[in-house]
Amino acid sequence: MIVILHPDNHEPVAFTQAMLDWLPWLEPPAEATLTERQRASLVDAARSKSAYFRLLAREPDILEARTRADKDIFFNTSSGLPRAERELAAAATSRHNGCIYCASVHARHATTFSKRAEDVRRLLEEGVGADLGERWNAIVAASVALAATPIAFGEAHVARLRAAGLDDAEIVDVIHGAAFFNWANRLMLSLGEPASAGA
Amino acid sequence: MSERDVIDLLAGLAPGSPLAAIRDRKPVTRQNAQASYRALFEPADLGDVSAQERFAVATFVAGLHAEEEAAAFYADGLASTEPDAAFVVALSAEVVRGRTVGPYGAYPVGPLSREDVDGPVYYVAEAHRAVLGTRMTAALVHVHMLVFHPRDSSAAALQALLDAGWSNTGIVTLSQLVAFLAFQIRAAAGLRILSRSVS
Repeated sequence: MIVILHPDNHEPVAFTQAMLDWLPWLEPPAEATLTERQRASLVDAARSKSAYFRLLAREPDILEARTRADKDIFFNTSSGLPRAERELAAAATSRHNGCIYCASVHARHATTFSKRAEDVRRLLEEGVGADLGERWNAIVAASVALAATPIAFGEAHVARLRAAGLDDAEIVDVIHGAAFFNWANRLMLSLGEPASAGA
Repeated sequence: MSERDVIDLLAGLAPGSPLAAIRDRKPVTRQNAQASYRALFEPADLGDVSAQERFAVATFVAGLHAEEEAAAFYADGLASTEPDAAFVVALSAEVVRGRTVGPYGAYPVGPLSREDVDGPVYYVAEAHRAVLGTRMTAALVHVHMLVFHPRDSSAAALQALLDAGWSNTGIVTLSQLVAFLAFQIRAAAGLRILSRSVS
């Protein structure tokens, strides 16, 4: 078997909030050949258009559990952290790990929910050291420490999040959001490459 | 009150403890984190990746993170698959050889190149290759990259796995294993640290 190469693709070379495409290095199942189980594992039927999700549907049980965990961690606002700050944790983690595709999606979401486009732009351009105000700085620092291997997140990060006004349920959401992107970044980075949309 | 799951176990959270109760408020996240574990380590169908391979990869990943609870948990899982003693000894030695600090790696050549971070390129010791076998030797090289420097991912890295006998679906399984563990180990570590300062 051989991988799929994309010699004509010009990979984006900078972080961006623009829409990007993603090209797989392994063959995803064709949309028409997806089994019932594979379709169900996508959770959102529209994801059958995505090469990334079709490739992951080769293992439907883990894709479905991953997708449901993802949606609940980011979309369930019955309690805990505001949406914008969950997206900030995802964007900061992606910026630090170096996932240009993931960072583009979650920086856009962070902008949409926070209305702080300029701060999000600076996170992408300047990196995780950008000064975004203490509450955001504390969330970014916690996300960066959690992304390190070995994990560098410690009691000082918890204390800083508390001092910035986060309660325990909100800190749990920072941990979940940042931890989840250590999952997502590794899949996106290692199974294919980003491409400028429409290229 | 939910049953104790693997994240509770690794984080040291007792049922009904304050953080377990916060986790209970998001049952979909809790249930799907555990369903993800089950899909990878107790699947209905092992497909192209054996139980021993799954737990060997997990033992390596947890060891590289230097997280004692996770390392002990997955070493027990590996032991339950009755591996040869020499395999376990070689794998443990590779954990020690593989330890470093991440994330590091290179960006596509361009403005982000100034953020490139050098780090070791891991290889399996010559003396361990026969006992680990071709598939596991190739897997450990890939896993090390995914753990510490995922932005160095490439189609060539996947080709090396294919050449060592991994199938397309098996590579998706392997990628999900490492990526999920990057989440699970961080979620548990973050919760454990937070629990120390929750009254």
